[in-house]
Amino acid sequence: MARHVVAPVAELPPGSRKFITIDDRPIAVFNVNGEFFGLMNRCPHQGAALCEGPLIGLAQSSDPGTIEYTKLGEIIRCPWHGWEFDIRTGQSYCDPRRFRVKAYAAHVEPGATVVKGPYVAETLSVSVESDYVVVDL
Amino acid sequence: MNMQFRPGAAPDAPGSIKTAIADCDIHPARKGGLKDLYPWMAKRWHEHLEIYGKHPYQGMMEGPPYPKAQPNASRRDAYPPEGGQQGSSLSFMQQQHLDPNNVALGILCPLQTGQGIRNQDLSAALATAVNEWQIAEWTSKDSRLKGSIVVANEDGPAAAAEIRKWAGNKNFVQVLLLSRNVEPLGQRRYWPIYDAAAEAGLPVGIHAFGFGGNPITASGWPSYYIEEMVGHSQCQQTALASLVLEGVFERHPGLKMVMIEAGFGWAPSLSWRLDKSWERMRSEVPHVKRPPSEYIRDHIYWTTQPMEDPESRQHLFDVIDWVGWDKLLFATDYPHWDFDDPSRVLPPGVSDGNRQAFYLDNARKLYGIA
Repeated sequence: MARHVVAPVAELPPGSRKFITIDDRPIAVFNVNGEFFGLMNRCPHQGAALCEGPLIGLAQSSDPGTIEYTKLGEIIRCPWHGWEFDIRTGQSYCDPRRFRVKAYAAHVEPGATVVKGPYVAETLSVSVESDYVVVDL
Repeated sequence: MNMQFRPGAAPDAPGSIKTAIADCDIHPARKGGLKDLYPWMAKRWHEHLEIYGKHPYQGMMEGPPYPKAQPNASRRDAYPPEGGQQGSSLSFMQQQHLDPNNVALGILCPLQTGQGIRNQDLSAALATAVNEWQIAEWTSKDSRLKGSIVVANEDGPAAAAEIRKWAGNKNFVQVLLLSRNVEPLGQRRYWPIYDAAAEAGLPVGIHAFGFGGNPITASGWPSYYIEEMVGHSQCQQTALASLVLEGVFERHPGLKMVMIEAGFGWAPSLSWRLDKSWERMRSEVPHVKRPPSEYIRDHIYWTTQPMEDPESRQHLFDVIDWVGWDKLLFATDYPHWDFDDPSRVLPPGVSDGNRQAFYLDNARKLYGIA
């Protein structure tokens, strides 16, 4: 498993996302309320750029007329057909058996740790004073 | 190496189809709304539109009765970089769809054209302008694209005149109607349209949707958009049954029609029911001389999107065997949100000949494109 430095934390404020390609894989990294998530940017249904869709909540119902709306901002909705996936796990709520999108662990590491490696960050210059978003691949 | 992904572009998976395809349902949009059509409309209509607007058959509102699941019912990744709504930029359509998907023939199906409004003179003026606009903005700029003749659907004589005006013009390959009109499509008020299309040797495409003032279902207005989505196939069935039972195909033995964006999985079951009833009630419709299924098989083509997607691929193949591999026309519905990607729609197990027919040859043959 390689660890990839994606961006300085300051570049990914809450509510933002960054699109990157690692080892030919299109990946998006999200900051949702200070938590970081990595997700394959390709919908397993028909291949659209999944992570260009909006982040919504999860609507569920135990009975007609009752709606529980949870996981606010944690469900990615595909820009084509609207398939929904949990950005924490990549799980589909319509067809979890057949469809899952690859989720990658993303977290923050201090620059002091990052410069020691082993990390891949050819396009970023890393300084010990900053914190960085790191994705495990 | 980490690199910034190009925003707005699709990743590499879709659009990697190698063989040329026909896309028989592309929706070109207008950048500036109805004003884009003004160059081809008399000044009288500019002012009429600004003072009175369009007055649809459908009550109380101008737009579609159900909110769509994505903005403008279109893919969120299809906004042109220069602005405007999805489908309004030829260059971006080329870059995002026509080039990467290897579209050799694209059939334009303009929507929001003035079909289904009550002022018949305005409907006819808008239809003419939309036809001119298709040539000026699309077909003259990209020879892969072919237009559909839009007509004032509720005014048979005006519609027929519009078709005759364009007959023989190579920019157009079909006449376009929508499935939901004031009356079922086989009825005589619409016959001038079929007469003129047959005379011009043009197929008639019948696209799902329409604004005839009737609910999407035969039992009233449903609550949800998902009911409208599946309701299109029900509306298409009533339109097709009407066309068969009113004798339109008996009157025009050479006329072809295309069922656009309404599915085809229901074709066998509708045909079986029609045939069974016809055997018992033939004398009610003596002008229907053959079993209804024969007219349907002989006259009807089906665009594929949204492709039927049963759990078992054999069920799909069984339906296609009934419909005919020579009657399916691949379509994406670009830029709409329920787009079908050409590399993903057909399951494995299809012969090369059938694939070629499905993706390209049937459309070329039907639309007379070499």
